[in-house]
Amino acid sequence: MILTAILAIILAAAVAPTLNRLLPALSHWVLALVPLSAALWFALQVPGVVAGVPVLETASWAPSLGVALSFRLDGLSLLFALLICGIGAFVVIYSGGYLRGHPREGRFHLFILSFMAAMLGLVTADDLISLFVFWELTSITSFMLIGFNHEDARSRRSAIQALLVTGGGGMALLAGLVLMGMASGHWTLSAIAASGADLRAHVLYPAMLVLLLLAAFTKSAQVPFHFWLPNAMDAPTPVSAYLHSATMVKAGVYLLARLNPTLGGTEPWFWALTLAGGVTALWGSAMALRSTDLKKILAYTTLMALGVLVLLIGIGSDGALVAFAGFLLAHSLYKGALFMAAGSVDHGSGTRELGELGGLWSKMPATGLFIAIAALSMAGLPPLLGFVAKELIYEDVFRNGHMVALAVLLLANAAMVATAATLFLKPFLGAPTKAAGHAHESGPALLAGPAVLAGLSLLFGLWIALPQGLLGATADAVRGGAPQSLNLHLWHGLTPALGLSGLTLALGMALYFGLSPVKNSLAAIQRLTRIDHDRAWDCLLSLLQGTANRITSALQDGVLQRYLAWIFAGILLLLGATLVMRGGFTWPGIRLDGDDGLGIVLALLMLGGTAGAIRARSRMEAVLSLAITGMSVALFFLLSGAPDVGITQLMVETLSTIILVLVMAKLPMLPPGPDRSRPAKLFHSVLALGIGGVVTVILLAVLDQPLAMDLSRFFGDTSLVEAYGRNVVNVILVDFRGFDTLGEITVVACAGLGVFALLRARMGKGGQP
Amino acid sequence: MNAWLTAAPILIPMLTAALCMVAWKHPVVQRGLSLLGSIALVAAGGALLSIVLNQGIQVVQMGAWAAPFGITLVADPLSALMVLIAAVMGFCVALHALGDIDPVREKGGHHAVFQILMTGVCGAFVTGDLFNLYVWFEVMLISSFVLLSLGGLREQIDAAIKYVAINMVATACLLLAVALLYGVTGTLNMADLSIRVPEVPNQPVISAIAVLFIIAFGMKAALFPFFFWLPATYHTPSVAVQAIFAGLLTKVGVYALMRVFTLIFTGDSGWTHGILMVMAGITMIVGVLGSLAARDLNRAWSWQVVAHIGSMVMGLAIATPLALAAAAFYMVHDIIVKTNLFLGAGLVRRLAGGSTDYARLGGLFKTAPWLCLLLFVPLGSLAGFPPLSGFWGKLLLVRAGLETEHYVMVGLLLVTGLLTIWLVGRVWAEMVWKAPAEPPAMAISTLSFGRTYLLILPLLLLSLITVSIGLQPERLLNLAGQVGHSLTDTSAYVQAVLGTTPSPQPTLLGALETEAMP
Repeated sequence: MILTAILAIILAAAVAPTLNRLLPALSHWVLALVPLSAALWFALQVPGVVAGVPVLETASWAPSLGVALSFRLDGLSLLFALLICGIGAFVVIYSGGYLRGHPREGRFHLFILSFMAAMLGLVTADDLISLFVFWELTSITSFMLIGFNHEDARSRRSAIQALLVTGGGGMALLAGLVLMGMASGHWTLSAIAASGADLRAHVLYPAMLVLLLLAAFTKSAQVPFHFWLPNAMDAPTPVSAYLHSATMVKAGVYLLARLNPTLGGTEPWFWALTLAGGVTALWGSAMALRSTDLKKILAYTTLMALGVLVLLIGIGSDGALVAFAGFLLAHSLYKGALFMAAGSVDHGSGTRELGELGGLWSKMPATGLFIAIAALSMAGLPPLLGFVAKELIYEDVFRNGHMVALAVLLLANAAMVATAATLFLKPFLGAPTKAAGHAHESGPALLAGPAVLAGLSLLFGLWIALPQGLLGATADAVRGGAPQSLNLHLWHGLTPALGLSGLTLALGMALYFGLSPVKNSLAAIQRLTRIDHDRAWDCLLSLLQGTANRITSALQDGVLQRYLAWIFAGILLLLGATLVMRGGFTWPGIRLDGDDGLGIVLALLMLGGTAGAIRARSRMEAVLSLAITGMSVALFFLLSGAPDVGITQLMVETLSTIILVLVMAKLPMLPPGPDRSRPAKLFHSVLALGIGGVVTVILLAVLDQPLAMDLSRFFGDTSLVEAYGRNVVNVILVDFRGFDTLGEITVVACAGLGVFALLRARMGKGGQP
Repeated sequence: MNAWLTAAPILIPMLTAALCMVAWKHPVVQRGLSLLGSIALVAAGGALLSIVLNQGIQVVQMGAWAAPFGITLVADPLSALMVLIAAVMGFCVALHALGDIDPVREKGGHHAVFQILMTGVCGAFVTGDLFNLYVWFEVMLISSFVLLSLGGLREQIDAAIKYVAINMVATACLLLAVALLYGVTGTLNMADLSIRVPEVPNQPVISAIAVLFIIAFGMKAALFPFFFWLPATYHTPSVAVQAIFAGLLTKVGVYALMRVFTLIFTGDSGWTHGILMVMAGITMIVGVLGSLAARDLNRAWSWQVVAHIGSMVMGLAIATPLALAAAAFYMVHDIIVKTNLFLGAGLVRRLAGGSTDYARLGGLFKTAPWLCLLLFVPLGSLAGFPPLSGFWGKLLLVRAGLETEHYVMVGLLLVTGLLTIWLVGRVWAEMVWKAPAEPPAMAISTLSFGRTYLLILPLLLLSLITVSIGLQPERLLNLAGQVGHSLTDTSAYVQAVLGTTPSPQPTLLGALETEAMP
């Protein structure tokens, strides 16, 4: 059924463009039914999963690699699946309203539904490789979505940036998962957890940890990989609401939570997660305070939330994991509502700049109300779910005495209070601006999502017993032990956590009212540290590009002579190194005696011919010098008892010399090339002599080996008896190895065709080719 | 019957080429012949593969001279797989050529020479004789040279000269290597060589000869530092020629390396396979950097051909059954994707008015959304996006590499993969997303109906294959697994070629020994 849900969403994606053409005004409502029904099905699974019975499903895929499409629905997966399908349904409805009349609305639905399917697969996959497949699919669909406004160069840049950062994480994930599978001997997450194999003690544990953390941190935009997320806000608002707050960026968090039972709990795990999470939370908070674009503000608060979630997994105590589950739900609900409502503000008033917004309450009361509720949840005020989550966090961190973490959380939450106030107070209750003049309330498609999500924030806050079971099951899944009972309340009594909440609120309000000095000091800090990750990214890319250009133009510079020099150098190096490292040189038992006089003369002639060719000043000279060498070789064959080979060689030499001379008479004289420099000449002669020497050494060693005569004997014996030919060479050519000759004939025929075609092309043009 | 089928991959294209030459004055007849021949080759390839898988390795002794005295053709799982995939590429490219090739090239004998090229490619795949392999390489060299220079433009001739100059060096090295190996073993039959090479007393000289083979085949396969001919030539000829070059030519070199370094040269694998490993690593990086430096679609794809040769050779260099399976799987994937990419680039060039420079591209998302979908398949597969074929190849290689603790190579592979993702993202942005600098030269709809079909159909076919391998990888994985197994345990191959007793001294010789030579 999980696979069915995924396939149904893919199907919906596939028909979306057509459906949109047929029903332009209704298609988003129809399409939303698919994720909505999936969400319903998942909701029905809650009681069973809470009772501790995960839903399992397996479909065979690539058994010879041990890869299967296997799914497993426990508390963590179920919570994510509900968020993905539930928020997804409203995002689809929302984008229908947001993109009304856009020529590529159908295509947008195609991408966002594909993304939804990938995300759903990611959080339910049990098989390691399937998990990776879905993970990469979210990166690709997100690339398409970020670049949706594709004629805008900035969108394209942001899309490629996100693809590269998350793609790099994907590579790390692949290696990490394969290492995990190999180390444990199992290829599903549940089997690894159940096998009790202690991966933490494995020799490859550090490598696995680094790779998987790299994957999670890039996907979930943890410092220092956070810079792509704010840029990804170039995407249309529904994308930001869905991918970059509620779902995709939480994939990294999901991965960490999922791996916690098998890899978590070690010192490096603790330090890596708390450090990255803490820094990200602080950084996100500070940047949120500094920003003035509604979407940018929300993007940075998302960073803060991701940081807190990672921090909580890093702490890893029972209470922290419960807080993790609570904050995950609370954040997804309020952030989804805020993003969509911010889009509604943009849609209604035409701007997202804080400075241009004010007095919208009278024009957009519904949007205002939903923003207010969601912002209260973000600020962590009762009776909203955000309050419960924050209390849980404070309670556990305080009890465990992580004082640095507590301070970080306090600061971050105070910043959230201030940001929440910024989001609501000025745009809605501030003095009316020009933009407010023509503002209008959005339609039902744009308001349905914020309404439901904000409503749920309130409902779950008041009635915490409702999601309590699922949150408990989530925490159990992240902890990976036996289920623990959970009893959550909105009102905890007068606890230290409540005191901390009060402190947060006070600090937050102080921040809000003293915002401009704070902003200034933040700007100063930024100027001081000069950390501009975006520019660093550009530098990195242009460095890479420059390296690529330099290496490529150095290697492939278009000069044949240089290519050949590289190649001959390669040959010399490889053969020379082999001879040096492997040895094997033997001197064959050749001795010179009186009978070899003629041979010596011929050898000298060959050398002379070669030297003449090198020294030659004209083509004719070179051809004739080479002919001397060739003829000497032919004579050598004649002398050493291979008359047929010798005669053939003589004929070839004669013909080729004549033809070359004839052709050259027709060719225009080329101006003499520039004299090569001395080092170049030296280099070339070293190459030539080196290769000649190396080949000679090998040849001598080969000559020293006994020659196996089986083939020659066989040819000699059978040539007349079986092949009816007296000339053995002829029989070899036309019978024993006649198939070679067939190939060679083909070569000759083809060469003829080529010459013919070239000549004709030349004549057809009536001039120079 | 099986014997004919084993020789069919050579005979069918050769016959087709001969008939095309007979019908020299009638290009229409040649078109029909080319298409028919290509279809017949696909059928023969399919039949051969299924027979090899069901009945084991197929062997035919040409001229009925027993191995190792005559020339043996052998179809083992790797050969048969390569023949089938080459035949499918041949068919797709022949189809595309019908819609794309210009009259000058057609009258210059494009169809005939193309079939000769296919003869050479298939011959190299099925031959079991080292010198015969050299002959098929020559057939490939001369036919590719003619195909390169057909049309006779100045830049084509320039490229063809570079191509032929560098490849002549490779040919000379190959001939030298074959001769030296014959000198120490006295045989050319590859199965026979696999027995005799370990018996040579002077093993270091075998290592030197093996390195000479690495050089010769490495040049054909475009490995660093021997790849220069490839980026210099692949952007000049007609689209059909580019596509078949990119798909098949270099892979024949890789195939030859795989054959020779699993069957014959396994004695000094620490040295020879180490060299292959280093060359593979550098090739990957240099290739992908080259593709990033290019500002032109065709050039970028040419460099990508180089880059992924490195991946396959990495599999060969690791040489476990899984790694060899990975290399085989990757090769099949890569052949399909590279052919597809070049065919697609040809179509894009047509739409952009004769240039694939990034500056001239753009706007496809608006003007041709369906084409974008088609182009996304090979692009995504190139980048290794799951669940397309490239992903499985990468997964296999990563697993094979990590299992044998080749961490650096796996790292290089993944970095190359990431840089390829960058390239794909960039190409997508330039070709599909960006608004074109000037209005497109033509829309697909302005092509005639039949022509559109001929240009699109191969793209569609190849993309479908890529997607179906991606979604249902099991069949090919299984097949690749058999390839990997048969390459690590070569006894079945040797036995099939030399008969039940793998002895280099057949009884026939003993019987004739007593008779005197006339």
